Amino acid sequence: MSDVCIVGIGIHPFGRTDGLSGLDQGVFAVRQALADAGVEWPQVQFAYGASDAAGNPDTMVDRLGLTGVQFINVRNGCAAGGSALFSGQMAIKSGEFDLGIAVGFDKHPRGAFNALPSEYNLPDWYGEVGQMVTTQFFAAKIMRYMQMFGISQQTLGRVAEKAFRNAVHAPHAWRRQPVSLEEILEAPLVSDPYTKYMFCSPAEGGVALVLASEKKARELGKPLIRLKAATMRTRPPHSFEVFAPSIDVVEDDSAPRGTASRIASADAFRLAGIGPGDIEVAQLQDTEAGAEIMHMAENGFCADGEQEQWLAEGRTEIGGALPVNTDGGCLACGEPIGASGLRQVYENVVQLRGDGGGRQVQGRGSSHGSSGPKTAYSHVYGAPGVSAVTILER
Amino acid sequence: MPDGSEMRAIAEGLFTDEAEPRLIGGRDRETGRIVFPCPPSAAYEPVALSREGTLWSYTVQRYRPKSPPYAGPEAFRPWIVAYVELPGEVIVEAPLHGVGLDDARIGMPVRFAPAPLHPDDPESVLIPAFAAAGVPA
Repeated sequence: MSDVCIVGIGIHPFGRTDGLSGLDQGVFAVRQALADAGVEWPQVQFAYGASDAAGNPDTMVDRLGLTGVQFINVRNGCAAGGSALFSGQMAIKSGEFDLGIAVGFDKHPRGAFNALPSEYNLPDWYGEVGQMVTTQFFAAKIMRYMQMFGISQQTLGRVAEKAFRNAVHAPHAWRRQPVSLEEILEAPLVSDPYTKYMFCSPAEGGVALVLASEKKARELGKPLIRLKAATMRTRPPHSFEVFAPSIDVVEDDSAPRGTASRIASADAFRLAGIGPGDIEVAQLQDTEAGAEIMHMAENGFCADGEQEQWLAEGRTEIGGALPVNTDGGCLACGEPIGASGLRQVYENVVQLRGDGGGRQVQGRGSSHGSSGPKTAYSHVYGAPGVSAVTILER
Repeated sequence: MPDGSEMRAIAEGLFTDEAEPRLIGGRDRETGRIVFPCPPSAAYEPVALSREGTLWSYTVQRYRPKSPPYAGPEAFRPWIVAYVELPGEVIVEAPLHGVGLDDARIGMPVRFAPAPLHPDDPESVLIPAFAAAGVPA
């Protein structure tokens, strides 16, 4: 079976862009990705498009050209972009197609996500009492994790500090000014233990990836960035999820609950035939600072509780043993849901190509020169218990 | 607090109308798994849950949630969002009262005590809530 390669990448900068719709930003990203791949829109055989709140992606054929191309819309919560990418790689692996795109974009109103109980099969009173609030869940999840595994609020602050510092060097990021650890820790609390710098914000942006069979990638003469694994999984029993009026009791509650992330991660490593120790750069869902901490363990990169030392030693910094969220992640880029997971893959391709500039990760095998990393990992998680993981190799 | 039996719950079937109310969960008739609230389905049998529990995790809601759907007071006061483990039954999410915002501790004993959604309105509906054990309901 052919490896699937990523031969073109495009991004519309994340943040707030007045006057441009979400779809506009998606079209911008597609055009940039096509140019990067050196292909024209009529050559594209299929597209999968992800958007949560900015309209149907397939309507962009109006703008790109009415070629009759197969274009399938994906709406899958925070895993929407990952699901689009998963679907695109399957289309190529099946042998049906050689060239296609995965595109994601979004544009959310300011403030917290507007969620209504009926959309989640919950009774109206759950929202009326003030519990239809995503930040409550994320804060309560890390609060228990901190107590169980000895994670300090200072470590949460270090995650946010790193995000803004890395984003200084990422042209597509939104918040590109460094913020000191002291300012992060002393900022107003939003939901304890998180201060305002420790949560990402809903935002806007667009990302597109051009996918090709290995044969097609060689024809195009592009460096072979191989998509070794793309998985999307849903939650196991007894998990603790956002918008949950109740959680199961379990006999032994001394370990973290199972998650969709653990399943998606283990399957991705199995498919790629490598382990967490082989990964040289990782983009992990960091909708809040503690998410990055917990996802380090859920994706197998460290044991529960080791994050305290990892962060203190700078092991997840650009120059560390495992750089995490090299473009500032969701904390610095914001979260346009449909685009967010594809942004992680975009960033990984930049890193694998060695095009990261001030945020470039040096590969482990690069003792004599400027060789970038050879492996890269991405992970998203979202309501109501979905996760998508990719592993890239060059 | 006024006698709970004279006040209206925010929804039917959330808690009992005893002098000291209890939450009503739903027991899956096949698996025995308990959830809250009790789903409107014949597959679940309503069961009155334990009044006593322990704090499993928590946070503090420090900003006023968006309306809709939030229907609480315009004048916002932060509250503790608690996940309370009712031993052997289920963990439920509800506000925790009678504890300082910085004084909540995982593992502390708490007791079910429905509370008004609008604390300053004597006619307010009651919502599921907990209080520190030992604080009169």
